Amino acid sequence: MTILRLMLAFAKTGLFSVGGGLATLPFLYEMSDKTGWFSHADIADMIAVSESTPGPIGINMSTFAGFKTAGIPGGILASLALGAPSVIIILIIAKFLEKFRDSKYVEGAFYGLRPASIAMISAAGLNVAKVALVNMEVLQQSGPITDFFLWKAIILGVLIFIAARKLKWHPVLLIAISAAAGIIFQF
Amino acid sequence: MNNLLDLYLTYFKLGFVTFGGGYAMLPILERELADKRHWTTLDELRDYFSIGQCTPGIIALNVSTFIGQKRGGVPGALAAGLGFLTGPICIILIIASFLTNFADLAVIQHAFAGIRVCVCVLIIQAVLRLWKKSVVDAFTLFLYLVVFLLNAFSGIMPFKIPPAMLVILAGIAGVAASAIKTRKHGKEASEK
Repeated sequence: MTILRLMLAFAKTGLFSVGGGLATLPFLYEMSDKTGWFSHADIADMIAVSESTPGPIGINMSTFAGFKTAGIPGGILASLALGAPSVIIILIIAKFLEKFRDSKYVEGAFYGLRPASIAMISAAGLNVAKVALVNMEVLQQSGPITDFFLWKAIILGVLIFIAARKLKWHPVLLIAISAAAGIIFQF
Repeated sequence: MNNLLDLYLTYFKLGFVTFGGGYAMLPILERELADKRHWTTLDELRDYFSIGQCTPGIIALNVSTFIGQKRGGVPGALAAGLGFLTGPICIILIIASFLTNFADLAVIQHAFAGIRVCVCVLIIQAVLRLWKKSVVDAFTLFLYLVVFLLNAFSGIMPFKIPPAMLVILAGIAGVAASAIKTRKHGKEASEK
């Protein structure tokens, strides 16, 4: 039963996520809130694993989430469910390729979909930051507000950002460095 | 039958060499599918990519479905898609089963706490890279801000809009806004 719900949830994700792997994130957060199959911290870990292994990120995420929820069959079926809408939609579009490319409506829809898609990715980034850069529990307790920020993590973040933007280091290398920093400085 | 097996195996191989998802794949596909195998042309591949990027679903899978369909109809599309997914699914299953066994180790937890920081940066980077093409005028900036606020603060909103609904509404808003824009342009042109 769980597997069926898992497949439905991922098929829906595949149908509505526009703009690549990270566009699946808002749906994963929604799934996490509604079902508790995995936590917000799990999602951040899934992104890391997906970014450092081959294959489409969306598929990596669904395999990981499916496995966490329902073992090996869960991983395989969640990925196939995520991919199914892609295949069906493209098979239809391939028949009308010319019309699709020149359609005013299609162009208009993407005029709206593109900013919405990166807005949702940004919000997902904020969700990861809540786990990675700050200690949300401080807000509920009466601790000093400086404890709210995880300073070691923020410094690492700034350095990684510079390495990514200015030096254009490969994501896999950045992830390896961050993992090492996490172990050495006891994040 | 050989054709299908060929499609499956070619895509099986491609599944192992494509790091970083959709956009990073284009140069590899150009070399393997256009230059080496002549299954498609560079122009065609670019077309498939631009459509794959703006249709729902996994970009890489959208592109492989196009090529599989062209080579062998619906069975061809399925062979290409399944071939492409086999490797990544196996790799993640192996990693995931290791992780569940070692997740409680302090070393692994520290490593992932560090990695999450990196993930934040990678997401910011993806947003910056897509920004120029997506947020092009006042309307798209407004749409970005509304969708971002609705999503980021959904916890404290009195009502919750599911992401699927936001996607549909954004598509409709886009069609309406570009229709209004073309009408305005049309009027200005006729007044002149």
